[in-house]
Amino acid sequence: MKNRILALIMMVLPAPLLAAGGGVHIDHANIDPTNTQSLQRGARLFVNYCLSCHSAALMRYERIGKDLGIDERLVAENLMFTGGKVGDLMTVATAPDDAKEWFGTVPPDLSVIARSRGVDWLYTYMRSFYRDDSRIIGVNNLTFPDVGMPHVMWELQGWQEPVITTVKDHDGTERKVVKLELVEPGTLTPKEYDRTIRDLVNFLDYIGEPAKYERRSLGVKVIMFLLVFLVVAYLMKKDFWKDVH
Amino acid sequence: MGEKYKTGLLGWIDARFPLSKMWNEHLAEYYAPKNFNFWYYFGSLALLVLVIQILTGIWLTMNYKPDAALAFNSVEYIMRDVNWGWLIRYMHSTGASFFFIVVYLHMFRGLMYGSFKKPRELIWIFGMIIYVCLMAEAFMGYLLPWGQMSYWGAQVIISLFGAIPGIGDALALWIRGDYVISDATLNRFFAFHVIAVPIILLAMVVLHILALHEVGSNNPDGVEIKKNKGADGKPVDGIPFHPYYSVKDIVGVIVFLIFFSIVIFFMPEMGGWFLEKDNFVPADPLKTPEHIVPLWYFTPFYAVLRAVPDKFLGVVAMGGAIVVLFFLPWLDRSPVKSIRYRGMVYKVALGIFVVSFIALGYLGTQPATPVLTNFARLFSLLYFGFFVSLLFMHKFEKTKPVPDRVTSK
Repeated sequence: MKNRILALIMMVLPAPLLAAGGGVHIDHANIDPTNTQSLQRGARLFVNYCLSCHSAALMRYERIGKDLGIDERLVAENLMFTGGKVGDLMTVATAPDDAKEWFGTVPPDLSVIARSRGVDWLYTYMRSFYRDDSRIIGVNNLTFPDVGMPHVMWELQGWQEPVITTVKDHDGTERKVVKLELVEPGTLTPKEYDRTIRDLVNFLDYIGEPAKYERRSLGVKVIMFLLVFLVVAYLMKKDFWKDVH
Repeated sequence: MGEKYKTGLLGWIDARFPLSKMWNEHLAEYYAPKNFNFWYYFGSLALLVLVIQILTGIWLTMNYKPDAALAFNSVEYIMRDVNWGWLIRYMHSTGASFFFIVVYLHMFRGLMYGSFKKPRELIWIFGMIIYVCLMAEAFMGYLLPWGQMSYWGAQVIISLFGAIPGIGDALALWIRGDYVISDATLNRFFAFHVIAVPIILLAMVVLHILALHEVGSNNPDGVEIKKNKGADGKPVDGIPFHPYYSVKDIVGVIVFLIFFSIVIFFMPEMGGWFLEKDNFVPADPLKTPEHIVPLWYFTPFYAVLRAVPDKFLGVVAMGGAIVVLFFLPWLDRSPVKSIRYRGMVYKVALGIFVVSFIALGYLGTQPATPVLTNFARLFSLLYFGFFVSLLFMHKFEKTKPVPDRVTSK
């Protein structure tokens, strides 16, 4: 009976809400797509830390400059380390075969990663690396267990280690909770690191759909026009219909 | 009207082509009942979405590449590098879901007011063919972005044909053109999606409307307005479609476009219901996604499929859930059309049918746990039970007297 009631409750909940669960705690990224400075910082982080292994091959450098208000010359100087034209796609020089040998898998292209994983997941993932000597790369991730990716930003964050505590739920069952604790500080404080990751995730969200900002601002105008048009159309209908009884 | 256009360009055309005649027959002198309510917007709205889909589809085709190696990236190219590409793409992807919303409401209207009953059986049949074409369009179109859900959704659905005894495997192979979903499948689905099915769809829409205009529209009272003609030979309760319903439908169109715009501009993924998260991962034949879920408009039938323990019988049940709708005009034997004058038993049965359809739609999105599968079985039985109950309902249904004229409310 209890199961049936539960099933009934689940029936009225939207599916994606339930699918988002899955055990691992996900933090809220709280990004601000209108914050250009955050996006600019994110772009810088992305080319410095991600772009050597991960591509964003659906995105052009030029577009970033245009959308984030960065001069073309500055784009070439600050975001492009291997030369090329500003109109180029953000590809990576690492050969897929090499990457496979080094990491066990080809690092995925990050162009639309924010759309498949979601910003909250990315925000949590980038803050969930911990030292794990049982693995060859010496690092593991709480959000994505046994991931092939090393902790690229360890200098900034420092090193975390898992601490297992046992908590009691309100119905009395005991449950193990794994928490990460900073054991070796990096060059940034935890707060600064969180902000850094937020900038990076903000940027990933932006390259996931560069038209998002334009989309929303155009949407407001379109709907305002339609509302005005609706009044006119309604008055016209009323006028035509006044002889129908 | 026709008389005054005997000269000039229109006169020249009319002498060679029945332009004014068609205009009058289908718009200016097509008499529609004056008591259409809210539910009568969805026919013209379906036509609007069809036009939106065809136009945006043409423009998408200009930049899309039906090639397994290029398809995924070409869609993102449209989203980024093509001027207004994102808008065209979102209109098309949102249009697909809105098409089904509109068509489901349109069909529900038919069920409520008995619009499928004599003499409108063929309108219903043509409409059902349109619905099946629409499902084919949606299914094959969903493969084209070549994401994980495109790929695995198609893999699952086509493998269902493999459940047919004897010829199953050969048939699935013939449909795919390969042993798995591949470039060959993508190419042929593209051909069907942009040419073959739209041609059939358009032809069926023409037949649907021609049949409708031959017998005339039903209305919320289920009264035949042609039975009550005035001295001028025109139905007393009818008004010319144009300008009365053309100006009324414009209001409906704008309200529709407002909802449509809210989705396109502010929530194009609709929280994963219109564009699934997994479809932003390129198709990978070696990596099966955790949950393979068809898009929401197919999930009621998907739930029926999974509710049956045997795979082949599941396929039969799923097909049956669609096919049974074709026979509706002959299953329902009540002489009364509109729900307004039908007995409580029909109202309850229709209510249960709608609840079952929505519940199945929800269950189709969920993992098939034992509890949920039992619910899917219950609602599948209720779904089919509706059609069975119609066979006997007229024997004890207490209908109310149908008025001679349409009512104003």
